[in-house]
Amino acid sequence: MPATIEKETSSESIAIDRDIGNFKYKEDYSYDAGTGLSEKTVEYISNVKNEEEWVRDFRLKALKIFESKPTPTHWASKDLENIDYSKIRYYLSKGQQPSRTWDEVPDDVKETFERLGIPEQERKFLAGVEAQFDSEAAYSNMKTKLAEEGVIFVGSTEGLKEHPEIFRKFFGKVIPTGDNKFSALNSAVFSGGSFIYVPPGVHVKQPLQAYFRINAENFGQFERTLIIADEGSEVTYMEGCTAPKFETTTLHSAVVELVAMKGARIQYITVQNWSENVFNLVTKRGMAMEDATIKWIDCNIGSRLTMKYPGVILKGRGARGEVLSIALANDGQHQDTGAKMIHAANDTTSNIIAKSISVGTGRSSYRGLVQMPKHLKNCKNNTECDALLINTNSRTDTYPAINVRGDGNSVQHEASVSKVSAEQIFYMQQRGLSEAQAMSLAVNGFVNDLIREFPMEYSVELKRLIDLQMEGSVG
Amino acid sequence: MSSLDLRNLKINVGGKPIVKDFSLTVPKGEVHALMGPNGSGKSTLAKALAGHEDYEIVGGEAFLNGQNILEMETDEISRAGLFMAFQYPSEIPGVSIANFIRAALTARLAENEELDAAQYYRRLYEKMDLLKIDRKFTARSVNEGFSGGEKKRCEILQMAMLQPQIAIMDETDSGLDIDALRIVSEGVNTMRGPNLGILLITHYQRLLEYIVPDRVHVMWDGRIVRSGGKNLALELEEKGYDWVKEEVAAV
Ligand SMILES: Nc1ncnc2c1ncn2[C@@H]1O[C@H](COP(=O)(O)OP(=O)(O)OP(=O)(O)O)[C@@H](O)[C@H]1O
Ligand SMILES: [Mg+2]
Repeated sequence: MPATIEKETSSESIAIDRDIGNFKYKEDYSYDAGTGLSEKTVEYISNVKNEEEWVRDFRLKALKIFESKPTPTHWASKDLENIDYSKIRYYLSKGQQPSRTWDEVPDDVKETFERLGIPEQERKFLAGVEAQFDSEAAYSNMKTKLAEEGVIFVGSTEGLKEHPEIFRKFFGKVIPTGDNKFSALNSAVFSGGSFIYVPPGVHVKQPLQAYFRINAENFGQFERTLIIADEGSEVTYMEGCTAPKFETTTLHSAVVELVAMKGARIQYITVQNWSENVFNLVTKRGMAMEDATIKWIDCNIGSRLTMKYPGVILKGRGARGEVLSIALANDGQHQDTGAKMIHAANDTTSNIIAKSISVGTGRSSYRGLVQMPKHLKNCKNNTECDALLINTNSRTDTYPAINVRGDGNSVQHEASVSKVSAEQIFYMQQRGLSEAQAMSLAVNGFVNDLIREFPMEYSVELKRLIDLQMEGSVG
Repeated sequence: MSSLDLRNLKINVGGKPIVKDFSLTVPKGEVHALMGPNGSGKSTLAKALAGHEDYEIVGGEAFLNGQNILEMETDEISRAGLFMAFQYPSEIPGVSIANFIRAALTARLAENEELDAAQYYRRLYEKMDLLKIDRKFTARSVNEGFSGGEKKRCEILQMAMLQPQIAIMDETDSGLDIDALRIVSEGVNTMRGPNLGILLITHYQRLLEYIVPDRVHVMWDGRIVRSGGKNLALELEEKGYDWVKEEVAAV
């Protein structure tokens, strides 16, 4: 039969967080930098990590830059002013050394990740897992075969210590400290995150996954990830995240740098499902050398305010950059997302497909930047931004900044805004679907062609999260 | 027990009375045709029964198998067995027909039950063959870019798959070419039986030649002004609605 049978979604979906992650365990930390941010905080972090002098200097310099930079109110939400940096806790951990087996992980932490299904996913389809609990990785492990091939997959703390020669060479090179206020903040207090190195020619077939969990209230998580794919290598990295729902705000401000050497391929997948009290202010950028490909798949479902614009610097000839993003802003949420493509060599191509859904008072904005300087030839960009509005008071904004010069370059830009009408919902309800199911279906229909590009496990998970969100949005 | 039982229904749209005093019983196993001039309130009645919130039921009663549907939500009414083939079906971009019908069927299952995918597709193809719908349509988005006739066929396909107890078909014949009219009618006829009652809204006698009704009702200004057997439709075709109007005026 039939080529017309649709791709069946597996019923054994692998969920990242079956309970939306809204649960927490008692706090019990051996290391606590206290509340508020000063040089002392930064030194405390550097001390517990036993860092080298250059790292400590890097941090202290970053703190100065952070303090000197104004909050970027001109391009984002006023809501940023509600972050009180003096009330946040910048470092909390039970220790700096992650376990290699789940048995060695402290019970409460282990239970957290079990509830989120992480060990199960690791057994089923992952090549390696790093599980971060507040400031540090509690667990980090990778298949032995990969280690034998020379693949490195550790936390940033360990990476700095064990592999300084590679780490230092690329650290802060794709995203300089002063890129923006939040990259400076991260550079001052970073902890956790992944360090990955894939040697030339090695193809890591199964994904490596990191899971970021915030457990403590008033906490700031500042993981720092650096992924280097050496010539001709390939790697897929996936990250997921959750936090319990607190009354007070929580801050998540990560910096993620990717380097794809000649002919390498990095795919970075995010399913962001922070609870609605989290400010998610993340800087992500990759550098693609000759004939290399960097692809960001970025899904933002949770958080109170997300500001995130994954980018690719197309540095080598023939490099390719891609951002596929989905943002869902439910009541009270603001998803300010987008993409940056910096063309810096001939024959480079970039593709951006951004889909946003705004429900109720939810708000989503697309902010894009495409740069093609005049001296370049044969560069191409394709940008598509589609917005779907559910309920009349939702709003959506598109701010594409396209800076293209030179005759031999081409840009295509398309944008659309559509609405789910009351008549469509009625039609679906007349077939027996509840209002929430009808909305989910409309949303799924809207993102369907994009989700098809995602690895199976993640598309199933994403659909499930969308269903949950829609259920929540119908009283 | 009769399947659809409407008693003295009064329906307002935007505060304005549209359906004024409407009573009708459609027993299971029967086909009742509802005819009447444009704007007489036929679609209003259909949508109100399906639970559309813009159509305010201000008086009367409506029962589906003895269940009061005026207190139910649209989706509950649907799952209780009422299907409406829309006069103007909505488009659902990105949602394939196959997934849409599957979602509708799944909504009828208990939480721990699951639809057997192979069996589902077998049934779907069987009904599509019956209605002469190309199998390629399963992958197309619901009604998106469909021709008028294709939309109507897709409505009947959904009806065949959902197996309602009462179907209200609102001008399913409009937009169908001669062949499609025959095919769709044959499809509906194969569904006829003791477990299905149909309220067939139409303007044309032609449809009633294929789907022969047990009763014909004429609606005018929000009420049924005449009921009769299948010959009433022929009479209407011949004499037009003025004839009914004159009769009503004369009473
Ligand atoms: N949503 C609405 N808002 C305002 N008026 C409406 C609405 N729906 C129906 N009406 C009005 O109610 C009256 C009855 O309309 P309805 O669609 O029920 O007629 P109908 O009998 O189905 O006509 P047709 O044969 O043309 O399909 C019309 O005057 C119409 O304009
Ligand atoms: Mg009508």
